[in-house]
Amino acid sequence: MHHSRKNKKKRNPIVIISILKIRDLESFSTNLGERFWVKVTFHLFDGRKLEAEGKVGDSLLDVVVNNDLDIDGYGACEGTVTCSTCHVVLKQKDFDRLPEEAGDEERDMLDLAYGLTDTSRLGCQVILTKDLDGLEVKVPESVNDARS
Amino acid sequence: MNLKHLKMTFRLFSTYKNIPRVCVVGAGPAGFYAAMHLTKKLENVHIDIIEKLPVPFGLVRYGVAPDHPEVKNVINQFTKFAQQKNVNFYGNITLGKDISLLQLREHYDAVLLTYGADEDKTLGIENEDAYNVLAARNFVGWYNGHPRDKDLKVDLSGHTAAILGQGNVALDVARILLSPLDILKKTDITDYALQALANSKIKELYLVGRRGPLNVAFTIKELREQIKLENCATIWRKNDFIGVAESVNSMPRPRKRLTELMLKSLNENTNTVNDNQKLFKPIFYRSPKKFLVNSEKHLTGIELACNVLTGDKIEDQKCVSTKDSEILNCSLAFRSIGYKSVKVDNDLPFSSNGVVINENGRVINTDVSDLAKLYVAGWLGTGPVGVILHTMSNAFQVAKLICEDLKKQENYKKGGFLEFKNIINEKTSVIDWSGWEKIDKYETEEGKKLGKPREKITCIEKMIQIALT
Repeated sequence: MHHSRKNKKKRNPIVIISILKIRDLESFSTNLGERFWVKVTFHLFDGRKLEAEGKVGDSLLDVVVNNDLDIDGYGACEGTVTCSTCHVVLKQKDFDRLPEEAGDEERDMLDLAYGLTDTSRLGCQVILTKDLDGLEVKVPESVNDARS
Repeated sequence: MNLKHLKMTFRLFSTYKNIPRVCVVGAGPAGFYAAMHLTKKLENVHIDIIEKLPVPFGLVRYGVAPDHPEVKNVINQFTKFAQQKNVNFYGNITLGKDISLLQLREHYDAVLLTYGADEDKTLGIENEDAYNVLAARNFVGWYNGHPRDKDLKVDLSGHTAAILGQGNVALDVARILLSPLDILKKTDITDYALQALANSKIKELYLVGRRGPLNVAFTIKELREQIKLENCATIWRKNDFIGVAESVNSMPRPRKRLTELMLKSLNENTNTVNDNQKLFKPIFYRSPKKFLVNSEKHLTGIELACNVLTGDKIEDQKCVSTKDSEILNCSLAFRSIGYKSVKVDNDLPFSSNGVVINENGRVINTDVSDLAKLYVAGWLGTGPVGVILHTMSNAFQVAKLICEDLKKQENYKKGGFLEFKNIINEKTSVIDWSGWEKIDKYETEEGKKLGKPREKITCIEKMIQIALT
């Protein structure tokens, strides 16, 4: 999908290389041409639990879009790091093992998000690796009356 | 049969389906997001979006800066939504002129007002009407091709300009004035604005704030962009930052990071600015006292009162003007201190601070009997603050209330647009979505010729003409 093009450009080249390596290893260990699928669970603020699968290399936003997950207003800017509607909260251990830390631009957008936490990320910038299979994230409610 | 019977017969025919009809007034982000939420949460609903201009998207089209095309990606979602069968767009209809609020409420089960904040706040100081004292809002409308602002007179022949206010609109205006032309050329900025900016002599731009660095209203993304801007140096006044570094650690993360970015930039201030560089100069603790003019009433400068903060706690500090003042010489000034909404219909309860009086989006109204319930979302209800995200979440909240209220209703007998279109003057050309698609196609093709994503039509008559061919 066209929305992922831009964030791929923003990604650190070293990380892209590491993702490629993971992919190479997979094509060794699995059938030729088959890509590794990663399971992700989204826990919504209203108690709903959405489970979906994404390919290694997809972002969490890709997973939401490709699976047509029903999350209101998610990904308004289509993965270009110019809004914070794809905000997710990770568990500390998952947050720590993401291959790439949030850059300035991502943090700038997170600063505008509702319910910002120390383990918050933009879903469009969380890239799935084989390692993240079974990942669970919270999607905070995008509603808050305190504007500043 | 008298007229009333005729109307009732018509009503019977047009409403046999018994589905709720909602009218959204204003096709900006608040209106679209609310409407999207309604169609998602209600099994059956019919939505008519009416809009003053022949074209949709409000501030996404006319407010978002041309060099921020990514922010406009929301248009893709809105477009997909507008193509749904139970959603109609009717452009070129003005509430309070073509149709009254009462008439609308007679023909719908719910009316949601999302027509935003159309006017700018004024300073109320001497010579505010001088030549080249402009509302930032009109300047934004001018470079973005708003029909209302297309003929704005902007004189960019001077060396120094000042923006009064320190919000994101102020930073947008600054960036457009200071950006290298090569960047702007590739955007959907209007061609006439591009020509004018090509001849601009503005080299030095002040961003004037009444309070201190801890009170700025702009967000960090916009500041970072400005600081990084090619061929432009950011110059701060060191004295404005006394005590700021010491209080950084106790702030919440967003304010802390924003302040740290200013401090970092302050410490990078160099004396090695080269002659070709443009200068961006934010200054603090200054309130405009009066505009200074020459005999032809052209702007020559601004007298600024020097302010101090009083009170111990940072969050409770008040800003007070002293007797001291400073003269800022400039030949162009923008007022960028906020927007306000217009009371377009006498039946609307308006508060003194320029929003429709409401409770979580419900407009309190005593005389409702057979009339549509009235709601408000977006800047018209919240006041003109926040980025699209904030408008989105407010729109969702209000839409949720509308759903709840509509579900309580047992049957729906209103006819919607088909019923009220007869009220509208025959001379008014109503532009539907297919009309907008023609305008969109035309603009994109015109843009292609100039190597831009789009060249906007700025004349309403021409929009209508293209839409109706």
